[in-house]
Formats: sequence, C-alpha cells, structure tokens
Amino acid sequence: MARKFKIGKPVLEVQNISLNFGGVKAITNISFNILQHEIRAIIGPNGAGKSSMLNCINGIYKPQEGKILFKGQLLENITPNSVAQMGISRTFQNLALFKRMSVLDNVMVGRKLHTKSNFFEVALQLPKVVREEKENLAKCEEIIDFLEIQDIKNTPVGKLPYGLQKKVELGRALATEADILLLDEPMAGMNVEEKREMCRFILKVNDELGTTIVLIEHDMGVVMDISDRVVVLDYGKSIGDGTPDEVRSNQKVIDAYLGVAHD
Amino acid sequence: MIDELLFFMEVVVGGLLAGTMYSLVALGFVLIYKASSTFNFAQGAMVFFAVLFFVGIMEFGVPSVAAFFLTILVMILVGMGTERLVLRPLTNQSEDTLLMATIGLGYVLEGIAQAVWGVEVRRLDLGIKDSPVPWIADNLKLFISALDITAGVVAALMIIMLTLLFKYTKMGLGLRAVADDPGAASSIGIPIKHIMLLVWSAAGAVALVAGMMWGARAGVQFALVDLALKALPVLIIGGFSSIPGAIIGGLIIGAVEKVLEVYIGPFFGGAIEGWAPYVIAIFFLLYRPEGLFGEKIIRRV
Amino acid sequence: MKPVFMTYTKQDIIGFIVLMGLGLVVIPTFVTTGYWYSSILIPWLCLSLASVGQQIVMGYAGQLSLGAAGFMAAGAFACYNLILRVPDLPFVGALIISGLIAAAFGILFGLPSLRVRGIYLMVATLASQFFIVWMIDKFGWFKNYDSSGIITAQNIVIMGHPFTTPLKMYLVVLVITAILTLLAMNMVRGSAGRNWMAVRDMDIAAESMGVSLLKTKLEAFAISAFYCGVAGALFAFTYLKSLEPVAFDIKLSFKVMFMVILGGLGTINGAFIGGAFILLFPVVLNALGNNVFHGMVDATIISSIEQVVFGALMIIFMIYEPLGMAKLWENIKIKFSSKFKK
Repeated sequence: MARKFKIGKPVLEVQNISLNFGGVKAITNISFNILQHEIRAIIGPNGAGKSSMLNCINGIYKPQEGKILFKGQLLENITPNSVAQMGISRTFQNLALFKRMSVLDNVMVGRKLHTKSNFFEVALQLPKVVREEKENLAKCEEIIDFLEIQDIKNTPVGKLPYGLQKKVELGRALATEADILLLDEPMAGMNVEEKREMCRFILKVNDELGTTIVLIEHDMGVVMDISDRVVVLDYGKSIGDGTPDEVRSNQKVIDAYLGVAHD
Repeated sequence: MIDELLFFMEVVVGGLLAGTMYSLVALGFVLIYKASSTFNFAQGAMVFFAVLFFVGIMEFGVPSVAAFFLTILVMILVGMGTERLVLRPLTNQSEDTLLMATIGLGYVLEGIAQAVWGVEVRRLDLGIKDSPVPWIADNLKLFISALDITAGVVAALMIIMLTLLFKYTKMGLGLRAVADDPGAASSIGIPIKHIMLLVWSAAGAVALVAGMMWGARAGVQFALVDLALKALPVLIIGGFSSIPGAIIGGLIIGAVEKVLEVYIGPFFGGAIEGWAPYVIAIFFLLYRPEGLFGEKIIRRV
Repeated sequence: MKPVFMTYTKQDIIGFIVLMGLGLVVIPTFVTTGYWYSSILIPWLCLSLASVGQQIVMGYAGQLSLGAAGFMAAGAFACYNLILRVPDLPFVGALIISGLIAAAFGILFGLPSLRVRGIYLMVATLASQFFIVWMIDKFGWFKNYDSSGIITAQNIVIMGHPFTTPLKMYLVVLVITAILTLLAMNMVRGSAGRNWMAVRDMDIAAESMGVSLLKTKLEAFAISAFYCGVAGALFAFTYLKSLEPVAFDIKLSFKVMFMVILGGLGTINGAFIGGAFILLFPVVLNALGNNVFHGMVDATIISSIEQVVFGALMIIFMIYEPLGMAKLWENIKIKFSSKFKK
C-alpha cells in the first residue's frame, strides 16, 4: 500500500539523554530520532524509562544531560506549553483528563491553540468568538464521530470506564491537530478487540493526516504490526533500535523480554 | 550603642519567645498532618474550644488539675468524633475537600463552644505574670515577660515529649508507618484507628496547652481563633510535616514580626504584625515551597 | 451568519427573561417595604456577585483563595475615593475603575498560585486579606483623613438622577449584577471557562494542550477580584451606606467562601443559591427565636447555632454532595420533569 505521506527527515532527535530522580537513574544516555510521518514505537518492560522519556520530550521532566532537537533546532527550556506550541501533543499513561468536564469539553480544550479570542471577547460573545467556537465545535464533533463516542459526549469524563477515557484522551490529542502525537500506552488495559480498534484509529490518523506518531506500548505483538521503527528500552537504557524485524531478531531484546538475568 | 544593641536583643528575644506560642498551635497541626495528611484547619478552633472548656468548668469550681485532665478527655472525644464523622467518610478524597471539611469542623467547634459558654472574654490566671522578670531585668538588662519564658519552656517540653513518643514507642513507629503509607501499614496489622485516636488526642492536648498560654496573655476569647491563624505561615516556613519545623517556623515568625513591628512599623502607623507573617510566608513559598524541613515533593506523571 | 446570542439555548433565554421580569417588574410591584430591599435583596445580590467572583477563581480555576473581602475592601474604597476626587466621574465609570483596581490586587496576590496550591495558596491569599484592610486603615488618605473611622458613602447619582431610596438602589444593584453575571456565564461556558476548568482538573495536561498556567491562573484571579471589587463597592454604597475597613474582615471572606462551597463549586447559580442560604438562614433563625421562643433564646446562642449549622452543612456537603446545593436543585428539577412526563 502506497503511503500518501512519505517518511521524511528527522523531526525530533533525542541525543544522550540522562535523567535521574534524587540519585535514582531513570534514563541513561539514550539517543534516537523520529522521522516525519512515521509511526515510531518505544517499547520495553515496566520501569524501563519509556514514560520518563516521553515526559522529557514533553518538558515535564528536565533531563540532567543531553539534548533534544526539533527539526534540527536545539530546544532549550522546554515546558509542556512550549512543546504544545511547536505542534507536539500527547496522551498520558495514567490518564490526565479533566474529570469534571464533559467529553466534548475535554476534546474542546484540545482546540486551545486554535482559539484566538481572549476572555473579554468571550464575555461579550462577539461574533468572531461565536464563529470560532462553532468551527472548533464542528472539528471536535468530527473527532468524536471518528472515535465513535457520540453517545457519551455530554457525560463527565470521570464517570466513564477506563477504555472510553483512553479514547477521549486520544480525541483530545487529535483535536490539537498536532504534527506529532506522543501516545503513552493508549491501549493499556484493553482487550484484543479494543486494541485492534485503537490500532485502526492510529493507523488512520497517520495515514490520512500524515501525523507523526510516537507510541509507547507494552504489547510487542501490537507494536510490531503497526510501527515503522521501534526503539527498545530496558532499565533506562536503549538496547535496540530499528525496524520491527530487526528488533525482533536482536539478541538483547529477546533476552530482556524472556527475562534473562541482568548482571 | 550598647543600649540600642540591648534593645534589639530584647526585641529579638521577646519575639522568639512569643513565637513559641505560635509554635504550640502549629504543633497540633503537624501532628495531624503527619498521621493523616490532612490539613486540620480546625486546629485554631480546637485551641479556643479547649481553653474555653477549661476555664468554663473551673468557674464551676473544678480544681485546675482536674479541669486540665477533664478537658483533655473532652478533646479526646472531639478527636474521636472527628475521626469517625468527618475524616473516615472522606477517606481518599482530595486534600482540598478535606481542608474544606475541616474549615466546617472549625465552625462547628467554635459555635458549640460559644453556645455553651457564651461570648464574653474570660480571664485566665495561671499564676504567671505577663510582665518582665525582675532578675533578668536587673542582671541582663533585658525586659522579658515571665509568660513568654514559660511558653518557651512548655514548648520545649512538648517537643521533647512528642519526639520521644515518635521515636521510641511502638505507637510512634506505627504512626510513622501510617504516615508513610496507610494502606501498607494497615495490611501488616498496624491499628490505624488507635493511632489516629492517639494523634487526635495528642493534638487536643497540645491545643489545650496552647490555649492556656494564649488565654493567659490575651484573655480567653474568640479572637484566639484569628491569632491561631498565624500558625499557618509558621507551618509554611517550617514545613507541614516537621515538628522541629513548627518550632523554628514559630521562632522565625515571632522574631521577624517583632523586629519589623518595632523598627519599621512606626513609619506606617503600626500593626504590621497583622499581615507581616503572611507576607514572610509568601516569600518562603516563592523560594522554598516545601518549607525548611518539609520533604521536596517530586510530581510523578 | 446567525445572530450573536446563538450559543444560548431557548431555555436559557426564557429563564433569563423570567428572572429579569421577576426582579425588575414583579418584585418592585409587590414588595413595598424598604426592609426587604435594604436588608435582604441588596446584600444578597452584592454578596452573590462577590460569590460569582469567588466561583471563578475557586470553583472554576480551582485556586483556593480566601481573600474575597480584601478585594471587596479595595473596590469599596477605590470607588469612594474616585467619586470624591475625580470630578464628574459617572458612578458606573467609578465602579468599573474600582473593579480594575481590585483586579490589580488580584493579580499581585494571585502570583503565589504559580508556585503553590491548596492550603499554601490559601495562606498566601490571607496576606492580601490582612494587608489590604490594614493599608486602608493605616493610610489616612484612603479615608480622606476622617478620624471617626466610619465614613458615609456618597449618594449614587446616575445621569443626574439620584438613586437613594431602597427600591432604586436595589434596581441599580440588580442591573449591574445581572449584566456581570451574564458576562460570567459567557466566560465559563466558553473557551475562557474551559481553560480554567482544565487547569483545575489536571494542570499538567492543560499545559500540554497549550494552556498557559501563568496566564490562565492570573486571569482567573484578576477577573475574580474585579467581581469582588465591584461587589464590595456596591455593598458599601447600597447596603452599609458607609465605609469602614473592619466591615471587610476575614469573617466576610469566610462567608463568601461558604456561599460558594455550599452553593456548589463550579456553578454560577450556586453563587446565588449559596448566597441566599447564608443570608436567609440567620434571618429565619432569628424569626424563630423571636416568634416561637419569644426571645427566650439568647441572641448569641442563635448566632452560635447558625455557625454550627453552617459548619456541619459544609462537612455534610463535602461528604455527600461536593457539588453543593446547585446540584441538589438540579437533581430535584430532573426528578420533577421526569414525573411530569409520566
């Protein structure tokens, strides 16, 4: 199947990142890159440093060492906000939804960077505010349709089961129309059927919009099916990087997953 | 020059000792926070409730020692009631929710106390004068109130007792375990209920002692609740979970607010003590939000 | 292009017309005693307006603030001084500038919210409460060097017409409150409100969506203080009819906070429901004390009972319905409408 968006140059480069929490090493000297329009998976056992890696890219954690480059430019003083402004959006491992807000409102927050009106204009409901709100609403309805969660759109998110919340979080990330999506275990806690559905969504987004996707996942099987390239972390270190086939035949990766004792 | 220095010393020492009065209120706060991660906003109301009860039953002719222990008994009942009726139904709720519930609790305690004992200001005579100790005034040329010195000594005794309790008793060990991880502590058979009871009782006793000190100085009256609010900046400086922090925070607030009041206050018409502690707390919040002795919180995502 | 009011549903518009009809026509027609205006309706509207401000910062943006009365004091004294010192300044203009002055204090004392939350923030906002009231008290200029401590508020004059009777003052307060409440509703329903709530519910996620915490929090503090400032000015000019710093003590801040919590955090109508409860309950209790017990119950006991009930309700709501009376009201409405359909 020919891709509409050809995989291009590196958009994000992570170079020699090390991160520790009060002496506990979470990440040690990890480097890898992410190419435009690809689906890039980060896999590894529990505590391998996958989420920490994402949190470094996202500016929530500040790595002690290393550099992150965006389209060849060195990023400094990264904050979640500045990353969002660059067109990178994300989901969280342990769900970070706005619990008391409805599904629709959650997704609408994803439209923040496409909303230009200030509070004063909103208070007065100027015509341009109304127009903007309508456009954003239409976009969000589209996403809600796409994710097939139309029937729950007015439910407060806190009342939804886990699987649906995961979907809402994906919806919120999609609403940003970011160029790069960082998805932290979007399929955690799902059954095979739900996982297959989620994969379909991810592939569709990548295919139709050309969104670059960075995906964290436990499940080797799922990842191997949908990703272009995979980086494998174990105990905070990178132990393999390449296409699914290359990674599958990498001895270190096999050892890590079969649980060979570490020295 | 010497005179000025002496005067400065006097201001500082007076402030430090007065600060221990704030520390006494803050201590009760820390006890409950350590055990249940609850900001007990009602601690100030407990101070008022306890001392008003103490003074109230003494008016009926109960001797002071008996009144003291009777009040502690009542405070234990208050603690039990709070644990059962407020904290337990709110287990696993957010900190803000608990905080608001304890604000409500404070209102309830203040209301009950006033309904029972009325609103008039009562005098509390501990037999300690709130005037300079002659010996110190003669020999060191410092004018320092006997009540302040007593408060300092009482605070020191309280800390020693509480530290011994935490460090060297089985209950204390259990309490530290509960503070660390209530779930795990309960699963290995630590009786959380008993520990909570102990902590609330201790907080009640501390409230009574603090109330007696304050009452002796300012009279037993509703204004004590507002004075007790100053324990909050003390806690911010010292850290909410540290007993030494409560003491040192109190000393800092006491000394700094006195020095500011005496040297800067006159230029602004005085009474800057009313807000100075809070502004000091804000500066601490900006530079060291976890306080001097609090643990730095790493937010995990 | 559809008309501007298109984000409102039909129900909203009907509700608004009914309420305004009630407030502007029905009440003035049937209520003739000044007591109702000056002792119940005016303070209710003023404090509810302050509660709307408190809702914005605490209920929507989730920032625990205990400084409402401080901002109200700033607004009240700003208004007094503006009318006193700026010739020909219209009353509404003075009111708006007073709100803006209060908003400046809101931003200043909202700064700690960028570092801390919860009780830490509450202590920081206490600084504003104590500092603002102290400042007004200690610098004679604010009180026009009046030594009695109590200053009479100027008469309200709008377009040359004096508004001095209870009914007229009520109408002024009602119109201003209605307009500001409408604006608040627009904000909380729109993108501004979504940003606040996002920060309240999960700040890191909000930031990752491009919501600036700095801007959003300070915006909430500023708008909240603006509402409190205007409410404070109205409170002083129409209810107290005097200006004294002690009227804006910490107790008033607690009162506004209680209105918001009991009314229901994160709802605009909760501000009014909570306000009505906090103000009316003591009135009912006093009436009970006077009529049923014929004054046998001491006034201090009645006020103590009031305090116990407020405190107990706060606990009960936290346990059973953290969304407060507005949510109860909602539930009742749903029950009724479902019965109706059957």
